[in-house]
Amino acid sequence: MRAIISVLGQDKPGIIAHVSAVLYECNVNILDMDQTVMRDEIFVMTMLVDLDGMTKAFSELQEKLDSVSAQIGMQVKLQREELFNSMHKV
Amino acid sequence: MIDQKDILSTLEMIEQQELDIRTITMGISLFDCVSDDADTCATRVYDKITRYAENLVRTGNDIESEFGIPIVNKRISVTPISLISQGCGGYVKFAQAMDKAAKEVGVDFIGGYSAFVQKMATEKEGQFIDTIPEALAGTDLVCSSVNVATTRAGINMDAVKKMGFVMKESARLTAKKSGIGASKFVVFANAVEDNPFMAGAFHGTGEGDCVINVGVSGPGVVKAALEGRQGRPFDEIARVIKRTAFQITRMGQLVAREASKRLQVPFGIVDLSLAPTPAQNDSVAHILEEMGLEVCGTHGTTAALALLNDAVKKGGIMASSHVGGLSGAFIPVSEDAGMINAVKKGSLSLEKLEAMTCVCSVGLDMIALPGDIPDYVLSAIIADEMAIGVVNSKTTAVRCVPVPGKKVGDTVIFGGLLGSAPIMDYNHYSPEAFVARGGRIPAPLHSQRN
Repeated sequence: MRAIISVLGQDKPGIIAHVSAVLYECNVNILDMDQTVMRDEIFVMTMLVDLDGMTKAFSELQEKLDSVSAQIGMQVKLQREELFNSMHKV
Repeated sequence: MIDQKDILSTLEMIEQQELDIRTITMGISLFDCVSDDADTCATRVYDKITRYAENLVRTGNDIESEFGIPIVNKRISVTPISLISQGCGGYVKFAQAMDKAAKEVGVDFIGGYSAFVQKMATEKEGQFIDTIPEALAGTDLVCSSVNVATTRAGINMDAVKKMGFVMKESARLTAKKSGIGASKFVVFANAVEDNPFMAGAFHGTGEGDCVINVGVSGPGVVKAALEGRQGRPFDEIARVIKRTAFQITRMGQLVAREASKRLQVPFGIVDLSLAPTPAQNDSVAHILEEMGLEVCGTHGTTAALALLNDAVKKGGIMASSHVGGLSGAFIPVSEDAGMINAVKKGSLSLEKLEAMTCVCSVGLDMIALPGDIPDYVLSAIIADEMAIGVVNSKTTAVRCVPVPGKKVGDTVIFGGLLGSAPIMDYNHYSPEAFVARGGRIPAPLHSQRN
């Protein structure tokens, strides 16, 4: 199963470190990553991750990312990739 | 990886434009619960519903969490109770069993306290219909519907006459809750068997043992897609709506398939409805206003709604393997911030709403009326709406709440998704002698298609 992690908010140091630490802890492989700064202020990072080798439940990963979200004060969302493919690819 | 702007556009739809799955509805057949003893039959109904829907809410919540898409309601529809209870009577016991089962499994509503009398009613169906107000007043989650007309059968005016009373009595028995009983009761022409939306959901006789139907929504997404296109021709507006409806429906199809797989229940249909809620950014009226109408209800509203309804279907139909239910734009007054505003401003009248129902997917929906409106006026309102459905070979419905103690100009607050509504006026010239005739209005000529 593959999922998209999206991170949005004020740019600051350590965003990728926080997120990737959680992924490493859960044995989640990062397949692709994209990051931009919109309108010179909003940091946007999207990651495609592979959950097949994950050692935790989906909900546990979600909880850990929620903790990261609270810690860095940014929106962090984990959503299965099929949602985006279904809406944007024919 | 999918383009980042597509990911952000989906997030924006969900978080700012109120995109959601409005309902996952599990349809359950109750034919195998039939007994000649009401208690036995009602117990079987309770047991079957709780067994089949045991994991419905949890599964819905899991899907919501994994896909990050809100699933607002989990619901159940059952075989019309009038069809399974005629051999044993004790009709209200079935409503109680449905209510108890719905609470046990944690769903939001359960529909199917229903009857089909489009041509005539049996004596027992008549008795069943008489219990609807009591059944709705004595339960919290049960919804009821009666089909009184079809294009093939015409309009059963004896039933229409009775419906005015049932509607008013349902409100009267729930007077302390602003007549909310009537908000759970809908009168249909050409009712569909796979509608996942309440109050009119039931599990049709042509359905299997159990099925998953999904209703999508997303008026806010359509409105947002139309913003910034002032002065552009309608061809472009139609194209944008189609594209948006396609995206929304693909999401609905994905959720429907996932729910079906996890619950091991066949997928039925996706209902492509644009269903508003009282929240800002979730209004069908605001889409119409975005097309260039100062306030919904003014001249041009029917044409705007016709375009919207058609484009939603055209865009959605390619996105799902099975489209069904009501599929189109809903125009419930109390559940739509833009409709409420339009009524308050005097732009949207009952007559204009009736015209709008000729081109949208359902009918007069969640309209609050004065509590002292005569039964026969309600029946005449229903008759008009049934005629529109029968002649145009489409589903139409009436869900009006004659709010006890309220008069024109007052506001009633139902709360939650049912919202609030200004009490609307009606034509005060009497249709009493018309309604009193009874009998049947014959099926239209174009019903003879064989």
